[in-house]
Amino acid sequence: MSVVDFNDSNFKNEVLDFNGVALVDFWAPWCGPCQIMGPIIDEIAANYGEKIKVGKVNVDENKELAGKYEIMSIPSLIIFNYGQIAEKIVGVQPKEILKEKIDGCLIKK
Amino acid sequence: MNKGIDVWDVVVVGGGPAALTAAIYAARYNLKVLVLAGVFGGLMAEAHKICNFPSEKSILGSELMTRMKEHAEESGASLRLAMVNRVIKEKGSFRVVTNSEEVLGKTVILALGTSHRKLSLPSEKKYLGKGVSYCFTCDGRFYKGKRVGIIGGSDAAITAAIYFSDICPKVYLIYRGDKLRAEHAWLENLAKKSNVEVLYQTNVVDLLGEKKLEAVMIDKPHQESNKILLDGLFVQIGEVPDRAITEKLGLSLTKEGFVKIDISGRTNIEGVWAAGDITTGSSGFRQVITACAEGAIASQDIFKYLKEKK
Repeated sequence: MSVVDFNDSNFKNEVLDFNGVALVDFWAPWCGPCQIMGPIIDEIAANYGEKIKVGKVNVDENKELAGKYEIMSIPSLIIFNYGQIAEKIVGVQPKEILKEKIDGCLIKK
Repeated sequence: MNKGIDVWDVVVVGGGPAALTAAIYAARYNLKVLVLAGVFGGLMAEAHKICNFPSEKSILGSELMTRMKEHAEESGASLRLAMVNRVIKEKGSFRVVTNSEEVLGKTVILALGTSHRKLSLPSEKKYLGKGVSYCFTCDGRFYKGKRVGIIGGSDAAITAAIYFSDICPKVYLIYRGDKLRAEHAWLENLAKKSNVEVLYQTNVVDLLGEKKLEAVMIDKPHQESNKILLDGLFVQIGEVPDRAITEKLGLSLTKEGFVKIDISGRTNIEGVWAAGDITTGSSGFRQVITACAEGAIASQDIFKYLKEKK
C-alpha cells in the first residue's frame, strides 16, 4: 500500500476508525531527520503491503493533530492498533526497530 | 531471495557522507561495494544549512544527503537499509551481521559516525519528545513563545541560543565552563541578544515535570533558587562515537572511543578501514568535507590493497 497523507479532516476515518494497525509519521518538510525517515517509511509501506496502513502527517499544515498528540519533537511516530495508541516513538528509527513494534501489534491484534 | 552469503569487495557500514563518498569511489574503481546503514544521512542530515561545502553556498543537510545517496547508487554501489550489529573477522574476510542478513566483505570500511552526547540523567529518557531535545533545527519551532534552556558552550549551543532569542521571551544558556568556546562571529551575535542569560559554571542535575518537562534543577543557585522553570531543554554538548561494533571487533580506540587510523584510513586490524567522524583522522576536524575525503582515501587504499593481494 502506498503512503497516505493524513490530515486534520481525514484522520478519524483513516486511522482512528481503521480496523487494524496504522503507522503514522509526524513530520515537516524543513526537518532534516524527517527526510531521513522518508525512505524508511516508504520501505515499510512496500514491505507490509495490505497488512497495515502507513501515512504521514505534516505538522505545519495539521496543527490540530500535532496538538492533540502532543508532538514536540519530529519525526515522531505513532503506531495505532484499532484506533488506540500502541506505541509512540520519538526520533529517527531504523527500519528493524519499527518492524519489531509493528509485528508486536500484528501478533496481539 | 538468494539465501547464500554475498561476498563483496568492500562492505561499508554507515550512511553519512564518509560512507557515501567511499561508495562512490569504490564503485568507480569497479569494486563490488555494499553500503549498510540503519539510516542514511548521518548527522549531516540534521544540519539546518551547510554553507561550507564547496560549490554549495547554502544547502539543507538533508538535500545534500539525498544527492550523495543518489550519486552513490548511480555510480553502481548497492545501498541497503539495515542495522549492523556485529562485524566479525574470519579467515581472509569479514562477516557483517545485520538484523536480517549476513554478508561477507573482503574488506570493511567503518563509517559509523557519532551521535549526540546525552546528559546521562536518569530522568532524561522520560522527557524525550516531551521537553528534552538534541536537535533545535528539528524541534525549535514547537517552543515558540515558551521558556527554553540550552545546555552547552560551543558553536551548536550558541547558535541554538541565538535562534531561540528571536522566538522566545527568555532563553537560558547553561554552561559548565567559565568561558564560551564558540566562533567569534557567533559570540558577537550572542552579545547583542538581551533576552539570553548565560549561567556559567552551572550544571543541570535533575529534570522535573509530571507529564512533560516543567523545570530543571541546577547545582548553583540562580536568583536564590536552584530551580529554573522551563518548557524546553536543548542539549548541545557535543558528539560521541558509538563503541558497540568497534570494541567487539577489537579495534584500537582512543579513550573517548574514536577509531585510531593511519593516513590511509587503515585501522590496527588488516582489512578494516575507518572514515568520517568516528576516526582520529583530519586532525579531529569533523566536517562533511573531511568525512568525504576520508571515505575517498579509504576506498582508494582498498583498491590498491586488493590489487596487491591478487
